[in-house]
Amino acid sequence: MEKQGPAIRVSGLRKSYQKLEVLKGVDFEVARGSIYALLGSNGAGKTTIVRILSTLLQADDGDASVNGFDVVAEPARVRESISLTGQFAAVDEILTGRENLVMIGRLRRIDDPRRTADELLERFGLAEAAGRRVATYSGGMRRRLDIAMSLIGDPPVIFLDEPTTGLDPEGRLEVWQVIQKLAHGGTTILLTTQYLDEAEKLADRIAILHDGTIIVSGTLAELRELLPPAKVEYVERQPTLEEIFLAIVGQR
Amino acid sequence: MNDIRVMLGRSMRHVTRSLDTIITVTIMPIAFLLLFRYVFGGAIQTGTDNYTNYLMPGVLLIAIASGISYTAFRLFMDMKSGIFERFHSMPIARSSVLWGHVLTSLVSNAISVVVIMLVGLIMGFRSSAGVLAWLGVAGILALFTLALTWLAVIPGLTASTPDGASAFSYPLVFLPFVSSAFVPTGTMPGPVRVFAENQPVTAIVNAIRSLFEQQPVGNDIWIALAWCAGILVVAYGFAMAAYRRKIA
Ligand SMILES: Nc1ncnc2c1ncn2[C@@H]1O[C@H](COP(=O)(O)OP(=O)(O)OP(=O)(O)O)[C@@H](O)[C@H]1O
Ligand SMILES: [Mg+2]
Repeated sequence: MEKQGPAIRVSGLRKSYQKLEVLKGVDFEVARGSIYALLGSNGAGKTTIVRILSTLLQADDGDASVNGFDVVAEPARVRESISLTGQFAAVDEILTGRENLVMIGRLRRIDDPRRTADELLERFGLAEAAGRRVATYSGGMRRRLDIAMSLIGDPPVIFLDEPTTGLDPEGRLEVWQVIQKLAHGGTTILLTTQYLDEAEKLADRIAILHDGTIIVSGTLAELRELLPPAKVEYVERQPTLEEIFLAIVGQR
Repeated sequence: MNDIRVMLGRSMRHVTRSLDTIITVTIMPIAFLLLFRYVFGGAIQTGTDNYTNYLMPGVLLIAIASGISYTAFRLFMDMKSGIFERFHSMPIARSSVLWGHVLTSLVSNAISVVVIMLVGLIMGFRSSAGVLAWLGVAGILALFTLALTWLAVIPGLTASTPDGASAFSYPLVFLPFVSSAFVPTGTMPGPVRVFAENQPVTAIVNAIRSLFEQQPVGNDIWIALAWCAGILVVAYGFAMAAYRRKIA
C-alpha cells in the first residue's frame, strides 16, 4: 500500500456551491510523515478541501490524490489510507466511549478492538468515563474521543479539521503531543486551524488559503521572510505567525 | 457482512437504550386494541363473533407505521451528528450504513408485532392458522415494514429538523382508520368507501385476516403484495436518489 511521492497532492482544485465559488484553483503537496497546516479565515474553504480529500465531496475540477490514489478514480483505496476527524465531533451519543472505539475497531477489522479501545481510553484520559454514554461527556471529552477514534487502524494519512477548537489549554497540549508523536511515527497529518500559534508550534509547512487559492505556503522561516524588514525592526522580536497572516491577508 | 453486523448492533443498541421509543411503538397500538375492543367494539357490527381477531391486522399495521418513524429519526440524527460522514470516510461498504438502519427497523418492528400479538392473545385473539398461513402473515408484514422503512429513509436523509423527519408517518398511522381495519367498508358513504376499498391497507388487512381465519385469501393477497412491492420499489428509488444527492 505504501507508494512513492507525496502523501497528498492537490492541483487546480475548484469547487462552487451554487453561485458561491469557494475554491478557485488550489494547489499544494504534503510530504510523507510531515505536518501540514492549512490556515484561512472562516468560510475560506478549509473544510471543503478536507471533505474533497476524504471522498465525501466531489470537486468541480482539478485533481486530488491521497497516498498515491486519486480521490475520484480510487475512492476505496483513499478511504483505506485515511482517517478523518471532522470539524465537529462525530461520535455516537447513545453508545459509551468504549463502545464507540470498539465499533470503529470492528469496522476497521483490527485484531483486538477491545484492547485497542482500552489503550486509547487510557491515553486520552477517558478511562474513568469509558462506561458512560457519550451524551454525558463534556465538549472536550467528546473531542478527545473523536480524535482517539481516528487513530484506530493506524492510517498513513490523518485529516484533522480544527482538532483543538473547544479544548482547554491542557487538552490542547495533549492533542499537540499526540499529533507530534504521530508525525514522528511516519503518519502524514493535514491540519486546519484557526489558532496560528498551533500552526506555528506543530507544522512543518504552512499554507494560507484566501479568496479561493493558496496565496502563500512554506516553512515558518520562509513565511517570516515575506514580511517587510521594516516591520521586523519595529517589533523588536521575531514576528509571530499571526502578524504574518494578518499582513498577508490584509495586503490583498 | 461484518460491516452490516456492526451497524445493526449499534443501531439496535439505540433502540433498546431509548425506552420511550419502545413504549410509544407498542403502547399506542395496544391502547387502540383496548379502546376498540372494550369501548367501541360492542357497537360495531362486523359480522364476526371475535372482534379482537378482526382488529388485529389493522393494529399491527398501525404499530409498524409508527415504528418506522423512529427509523427516520435515527437516520436524521446520524446525518446531523456527523457520524454518517465519519462512516462514509472509512474503508467499509458504504451501503451498510443505510442497511444497518433498515435491518434494525425490521427487527424492532418484528419485536413490537410479537408483543402486541401476545397482548392480543390475553384479550381473546385466536387463530386457527397453520404454519404456512403464519409464514404468509409474517411475510406480508415484513414486506410492508420494508416498504415503509425505505419510505422513512427519504425524510431521514432530507429533513431539516427531527420533527420533520418523523412527522411523515402521521398520515400513515391514520390510513388504517379509513380502511376495513376497524369497521367493514360497506357502511361508509360513497367517496370514502371508494377510497377505503382501493387503498393498500384494506387489501393488506383483508389478506392477513383471511390467513388468520383459514379463509381463502382470493385476490386480496395479490393486491396486498402488489401494493407493498410497488411502494418498496418507488420508495427505494427515491431514497437512493436522495442518498446519492447527499453523498455526491
Ligand atoms: N453544503 C454547502 N452549501 C452551500 N454552501 C456551503 C456548503 N458548505 C460550505 N458552504 C460555503 O462554502 C464556504 C466555505 O466553507 P468551509 O466550511 O469549507 O469553510 P472553512 O474554511 O472550513 O470555514 P470555518 O473556518 O468557519 O470552518 C462558506 O462560505 C460556506 O458557507
Ligand atoms: Mg471548517
